[in-house]
Amino acid sequence: MYFHLHVKIFMVIYKSLFMEEFMTKKISTTSLATPINGAQALIKCLENFGVEYIFGLSGGAAIPIFDALVGSKIKLILVRHEQGATHMADGYARATGKPGVVLVTSGPGATNTVTGILTAQMDSVPMIVLCGQTISPMLGKDAFQEADIFGITMPVVKHSYLVKETNAIPRVVKEAWHITQNGRPGPVLLDLPKDITSAPFTGSTLDPEMDIPGFKDTAKAKKADIIKMAKLFKGAKKPLLLVGHGAVIAKASDAVKKLAEKLNAPVTNTLLGKGCFPETHRLSMGMLGMHGTAYANKALINCDLILSIGSRWDDRINGNNKEFCVNAKKLHIDIDFAEINKIVKPDAWVVGDAKEILEELIKLVDPLDTKEWLKELDFYRKEYPLKYSNDKGLTAQLVIDTCYKVTKGKAIVTTDVGQHQMWAAQFYLSDRGNDWISSGGAGTMGYGFPSAIGAQFGRPKDLVVAIVGDGGFQMTLCELATAFINKLPVKVLIIDNKYLGMVRQWQELFFDNRLSGVDLEGNPDFVKLAEAYGIKAFHMSKVSECQDVMKQAMAYPGPCVIHAEVIKEDNVFPMVPAGKSAHHMIIEAPTEKLEKPTGST
Amino acid sequence: MNNSNTHTISVLVANKPGVLVRIALVFARRAYNIDSLVVSPTVNPKYSRMTITAKGDPETLDQIIKNVDKLVDIVHCGEHDATHSIEKELALFKIKASSAAKTFIKKYSSQYNISIDDTSDSYLIIEQTGTTVQLDEFEALIRKYGLVELVRTGKVLIAKGREST
Repeated sequence: MYFHLHVKIFMVIYKSLFMEEFMTKKISTTSLATPINGAQALIKCLENFGVEYIFGLSGGAAIPIFDALVGSKIKLILVRHEQGATHMADGYARATGKPGVVLVTSGPGATNTVTGILTAQMDSVPMIVLCGQTISPMLGKDAFQEADIFGITMPVVKHSYLVKETNAIPRVVKEAWHITQNGRPGPVLLDLPKDITSAPFTGSTLDPEMDIPGFKDTAKAKKADIIKMAKLFKGAKKPLLLVGHGAVIAKASDAVKKLAEKLNAPVTNTLLGKGCFPETHRLSMGMLGMHGTAYANKALINCDLILSIGSRWDDRINGNNKEFCVNAKKLHIDIDFAEINKIVKPDAWVVGDAKEILEELIKLVDPLDTKEWLKELDFYRKEYPLKYSNDKGLTAQLVIDTCYKVTKGKAIVTTDVGQHQMWAAQFYLSDRGNDWISSGGAGTMGYGFPSAIGAQFGRPKDLVVAIVGDGGFQMTLCELATAFINKLPVKVLIIDNKYLGMVRQWQELFFDNRLSGVDLEGNPDFVKLAEAYGIKAFHMSKVSECQDVMKQAMAYPGPCVIHAEVIKEDNVFPMVPAGKSAHHMIIEAPTEKLEKPTGST
Repeated sequence: MNNSNTHTISVLVANKPGVLVRIALVFARRAYNIDSLVVSPTVNPKYSRMTITAKGDPETLDQIIKNVDKLVDIVHCGEHDATHSIEKELALFKIKASSAAKTFIKKYSSQYNISIDDTSDSYLIIEQTGTTVQLDEFEALIRKYGLVELVRTGKVLIAKGREST
């Protein structure tokens, strides 16, 4: 009896709550009951899009926006440096597929985001960057903390706005939200003068029509283009599928697998394509390119057909496009028409969503006879495996390989940039696309740790490991405070060789070992450093302790730092010298002096 | 000015702040030299038309057009040629007034579509409308008569018939 009554009361309360929510929703799209200002309109719009977190650092010109966050559903994550905020938003976006949001103040607060914006733009990451700005009458008058961030970031954003009208805020936010994630994703910046965010919002709706007639949504792929592409598979004896970040973004994982298995074609991946096709699959060749596996590069040299799925044939893969797959048919699937013919002239191409295109393509191709081809590649795989030796002491490779085994390959891995990044790509195999988070295009040092924080916010139940170098980690280590206060169980694995190792490797191999600007003498004691932030730290420097320490660290429930002191002078192989084709791959340490590379880095 | 390396690109843009800078950045990054750029209103006040003539290799241009077209504020960007469009340009020439110059201008006024706009202070200002080639030809001739200043509008172009520009 009482029970029933309770249920009834509960139902009534529930209904009234529901109705109220329904009513307020209706009100919010027609007329606003209580007056709000521009900043509140901005935050309400972001709430309506389902934004969970804003990564930011406050400042004078952004105070109205921070004020609007008081009591908001959106959780503000206060960072220690704005670059960290952008990488956190980036890591969050890559781990979840949802846009990351950044909020900073004007002037230096805004300029500190530039590296993070470039990183997101180069790797097609959806991100909204909200910048406070001086009041609009002072624009262009060198006001305190004024920077023309709209102008400064123009070459590195997908799109940007200088908002001059309070009532335009909901439209601008809606457009930004649409632009950042539709088509090829990329960062969108909003420059928000303080008088605009402080002024009353008198618009009639928080959900207005967008006004972006020039924005092209993803084009529907042309059937004729897919048919043309499918025909080229006929008679191919040595096909190779090349999977890039675009395939990850398009969630084309299943389609890639189906196509590879139907064709019986080997698959290689770019650095950012890692995991889209499981690297543990029998058809996977692993990563190709400058520091890719020897067998992937052998497959590249010897293939008679190569299909790029969402890769832009960049110079890490195609060192010299005059010698690139000269005898192979080149096929290209990309969402961005501007990528077609940019580096490689394809024999067939389709512009559109990779997943949709592949699903059509699968129906149109027949299985290929690749027995001989796979046998040939198997020979290379056995002849030139990735390897390392434990003879000289603890190596980065052993540390990463152990991390892979201890975590059973299930962790979300983020990296910095340099040798440890390449070793992580080689030894931490990835089976899921959104589990590998690394700065590919921009090659941003300092990316690894903050992006891990972002990834952990986005996927709180998953194990997140940031594999970082001693150089890169020191660029954004202040975010240890952010990890600590938010009790994020991120594991920071510092591969410490006391060098900027990749440059040292180049100087050793190509510049007569004339070391310049690479010695990181003066590194802190990373264990003490972590402890100073209240974070648990582990240390290893011997082969014998690697596994035990790794097990303890990965099982530790909170955030922790693992300081792995590895041998100082070790090189990443295989290596294709910059500017050269994969034919010139160096598989093991060379015994003679090498020519200086013609490519940039 | 008019050789096979010169291309005419027509861009339909939304009238938003910064749109010109965004387009200029695409050209500048690829070291593509802009010879002329004309911005003018269209039938719809929301949009403007930019007509750009630029020099460089066709492959780079192809990338530029694709990258300009990709910009959010750009509705359409494409290359046009003289056979499928009408192109015109206007030039103003300032020369020292002389009887020889006046005789010359009289003689060629209909051939080159020129007229004298001003004759003050012993200088003549001559106006010419025509194709870029016609303007180039006349400029070469008028130089002999003491060309002091020269201002050209840059080419504008409109697609013929049903095709939109």
